This record gives sequence, C-alpha cells and structure tokens, in this order.
Amino acid sequence: MSTETPGPDITSRPSGRAARERMYRYVLLMCAATSILVTVSIVVLLARDAITFFTLVNPVNFFTGTEFLISRDVYGLLPLLSGTLLVTVISAVIALPTGLAAAVYLSEYASSRMRSVLKPGLEILAGIPTVVYGIFALVYVTPFLQSIGLPVNTFNILSASIMVGIMIIPMVSSLSEDAMSAVPDSLRQAGYGMGATKFEVTTGVVVPAAASGIFSSFILALSRAIGETMIVVVAAGSRPRMLNLSDPLANIYQGYQPMTAAMVQINSADTVSQLGFTSLFAIGLTLFVITFLLNLLSNRIAARYREEYE
Amino acid sequence: MTENEMTSNESTESTSTAEAAASSPDPSGDPLVEQSIDVEGTNETTGTTGKPVIESRDLNVFYGETQALQDVNLAIPEKQVTAMIGPSGCGKSTFLRCINRMNDLIDAARVEGDLYFEGKNVYDDDVDPVALRRRIGMVFQHPNPFPKSIYDNVAYGLQIQNQTENLDEKVETALKRAALWDEVKDQLDKSALDLSGGQQQRLCIARAIAVDPDVILMDEPASALDPIATSKIEDLIEELAEEYTVVIVTHNMQQAARISDKTAVFLTGGELVEFDDTDKIFENPDSQRVEDYITGKFG
Repeated sequence: MSTETPGPDITSRPSGRAARERMYRYVLLMCAATSILVTVSIVVLLARDAITFFTLVNPVNFFTGTEFLISRDVYGLLPLLSGTLLVTVISAVIALPTGLAAAVYLSEYASSRMRSVLKPGLEILAGIPTVVYGIFALVYVTPFLQSIGLPVNTFNILSASIMVGIMIIPMVSSLSEDAMSAVPDSLRQAGYGMGATKFEVTTGVVVPAAASGIFSSFILALSRAIGETMIVVVAAGSRPRMLNLSDPLANIYQGYQPMTAAMVQINSADTVSQLGFTSLFAIGLTLFVITFLLNLLSNRIAARYREEYE
Repeated sequence: MTENEMTSNESTESTSTAEAAASSPDPSGDPLVEQSIDVEGTNETTGTTGKPVIESRDLNVFYGETQALQDVNLAIPEKQVTAMIGPSGCGKSTFLRCINRMNDLIDAARVEGDLYFEGKNVYDDDVDPVALRRRIGMVFQHPNPFPKSIYDNVAYGLQIQNQTENLDEKVETALKRAALWDEVKDQLDKSALDLSGGQQQRLCIARAIAVDPDVILMDEPASALDPIATSKIEDLIEELAEEYTVVIVTHNMQQAARISDKTAVFLTGGELVEFDDTDKIFENPDSQRVEDYITGKFG
C-alpha cells in the first residue's frame, strides 16, 4: 500500500512448482481416462468374441431365429428378445406412472416434513439387492397372483416384471423429481396468478416444463429394466419362449427367459459347446447396443428439450 | 391554479379520513360508504369515474414473527393506475399479493383485517382464491412466460377456464392490446422463451389480459428490462388503464410519477404513510417522511 512497507517479493517463484502442477494434472487425467479405457476394452472384447460367433452362425439366422436351444446348438434371439420385451413393457406400465406420480407428490404436494420421510424411503428401495426382489417375486408375488385367481405358472414373467417395475420406481421418481424441482417457482406463480388450481399448475405448467428430465428418467429406467438380471433369473424361469401374438395376455402368465437370464444360464452350464459359449457375447453385444442406444436417446431428448432458465 | 389548490385540499381531507379510519375503525361500516368519500378527490384530478374497486381496512400481514404490513387502509380507484412506492421491504409487494391472495401460497404468511374487492371481503371463507385470481390478473417482476409457444402462453388462461370459443381471435386481441401482435404474428408457434425480455413481459401482460380480468396487478414489471423496453411497458400500462384497474408496485419513483394517477407511499415497517393523487405526492406531500423519501434524502 505504501512505499515504506513493501509486501512479499512478487517475483519469487518456488522451484519445482510447475513440475508438481504438471504431475497433478497427469494423475487426474489418468483417473479420468481409466473409466473410458475400461469401457472401450469391454466393447472391443465383446465385439471380438461376437464376431467369432457370427462367423459360425449367420447373423440373419441369429436375429430372426425363433428357437433358442443350447443343447442342440440352435441360437435364435427372438425368444430371448420376447422375454426382455415383456419385462420392459410390464415393468414400464408399473413404474412409469407410479414413479411420475410419486415425483409429482414429492415435488409439488408433499410438505417438507413428508418429503424428508418419503425421499429416503424411496432411496432405500433403490438400495435393496436385486436378488432379494427376485426371491420376493417367487415366494410372495407369484402365490399372491395365484390367490387372486390369475393362472400364473410357478415361474412367470408377470411377477418378475412387477418386481422389476418396483425396483425402478425410485429411479423414475428421483430423477423426475429433480427435474420438477428445477422448474423455477416463477412459473408456478404465473400459473396461480392466472387462476389455475394446484393440479392445473402441476399438470399444465410444471410437468411440461420438466418434460425433458422426465423423459430421460423414463428411458434410463427402461434401460435399467432391460439389463436387469437377478430378478428374472430367479423368478421368470429358464425356458426361452416366443411371444404368442394371437393371445397376448396369456403370455404374461408363463415363464420366459430374457436375454440377461439366458446369458447367466449359458455361463453357469456344466457342459456348453464352444459355439454356445461365444453366443454369450453375441447376446451381450446386442444387449449393450440396445441400452447404449436408449441412453443416447435419453441424452438427445434431454439436450433438445431442455429449457434454459436463469 | 385554483384547481390545484382544490385538489390538494380535497386530498388532504381524504388522507385524514383514511387516518381516522385507521385509528378508530368503524365496526359497522360498509366499505362502500367510505369509498364514496374517496371517489370525489379522484374525480377532480382525472375526470374519470374512479369508483374504488379495491379497499383495504386495517390490513396487517405477518410472515412468521415479522410484521410486513401495519394497519393499511387504502382505496384503489377503478380504471386508473395506482402506484405503490417505497424502499425495499416496505410491504408494497406484500400488499399487492394480498389483493389476489397470492400470499396464500406462502405457508408462514398470515393476513389480518379486511380487503374488499367490489365490496366483497376476499378473505371471507366463501371466497375461492382461484376464482378471485381469474378476475385479478398479475404480472411479475421477472418475465415468466411458460416454456410453451407464444400462442399457448396467451391461450393458457382461457383454456383452464374452458373459454376456448374463438380462441384464435381472443389470443390475437390480447396480443394486440399488449402491443406485441405486430412483432409476433408470424411466429405464434415459436417458443416464448426465444423472445427478448421486453417482449416476454408484454407477452405476460397479454396472457394476463386474455381472460379479461377486472384488475391487473403488476409487481415491478419493468425492473428487469432495459430503458426502451421499459418505456414500451409504461405506454402500455397507461393504455391498459382505459379498460382495467391497474395496481403497480415500482422501485422507480419517476416511473410512478409518469404513469400513475394515484400513489401510495409505504415506508419501512409496512406502514402506509401517504396515499393521494400522484401529482400531490410528488409536488407537495403532507408527510415530511414522504418528502424526504421522494427527494432522495432517505431510501
């Protein structure tokens, strides 16, 4: 400040600082790069073994085959895809409306005290190991469905899908609630100022304004349902089956083997041919591509419809 | 000259009437009786029928332990611009939000006293705040169009009221009244968020008047806008007063002086210090505190 008391010398630079800063930078970069490296390696290895499979089995036969029998080296994807499709659709029917409604309640209707109880409760739901859901489906849900008169088999896709749906509810509700909480209060005020009721403000203003976040929560939850393994392994049986399109409702009472469950079975089978083993990678790659595309779609929707608020 | 004198005399009278009402509220009083006293002062200055449409009686508002308004007695004339000025935290926005019961949305807010809209106490149990807000529109400090198209923003109020007959026509009329039609008529499907701040605020005004309310409340509608956009909003407000009762809260004293017929000065603590014709408030206020505030000695 004054010439009488000069501050510390501003030209003194500790030696070695630049080198240290460079080192920090590289260590951090390596950590960031590791995850990408691992992902890329997995995809490459997955693709390599899948290509081995596809040199022996015509991809057209694989993707259009209606029979999947490892014992006879018959690899058709469609029965497995049927199981995956059923799980996805049924769990979506359960989880998307319920999760969205829960999110609307938490974000718009719940008192702060209620929210402080319910939010951690939902998060606990997300923390339950999926094998527990699977056993619950087998031991409680299936007998319950039978007791209310539904003709379900012991292993059936319905009870497994119900539990998958319940499992992904917290994902939908938590991400959707984040999206709705991010809607500026000024928009709600505008709605109320126009003489809208709470429900009209919620459905006509808040939900549309949060639509991009809500849609991406839906898609992430769906891709989680598609990839879910333990629940379907435990509760949905081990028989690949084609969808019966002439009586769609009857399908849900039967056991199915979705793609993930089939992979577990192949991997843990005592005797499996070399071809059978590589089919694992073909199925895995297909699964990866499906969920990857869904995640891509989710990002695109989020980016395209995101409204900019200050 | 004589007219000016008359005005200030009568204004003084009406102020003292309000003060008298504040100190000794008349329990049996019909709000309309008192309104008729205030009417005369209004008539002299503007030459319009300034029948009071909103009147507060000993209005107190608390946010938790904090008192935001103290015994406010105020009669707002019909089809004129009434400005509320005062320093930050003086309660002027709180008063505005009492009129259409937006304070209901704040859990900690508690309102005591009476506030009459067309002779009916809006805090009576049988008043539906949703229906009330359909007759008393509001424009906020920051432009807050919905993230929808320009058209859908203006149509929103009509749609929630199921007044969807001739919707296109009504949207066009509202946009024209808000002096926005020429700028947006070719892009009604575009997102309202793509408009400039000033256009967004005029859109919010169009949205408010589309449902043809009786009163429009404006909470510092131009404070987030540049001078050109502000002057457009000000012109618009003066035009709107031909058809609507406009109550505007503003930080900007010049703005109040330019556009309002009546001015209420709130000072710290939620006290309404003076309410009178705008000319009187700015040229010859009764209260020394108001004069100090107007001339910039404080606030």
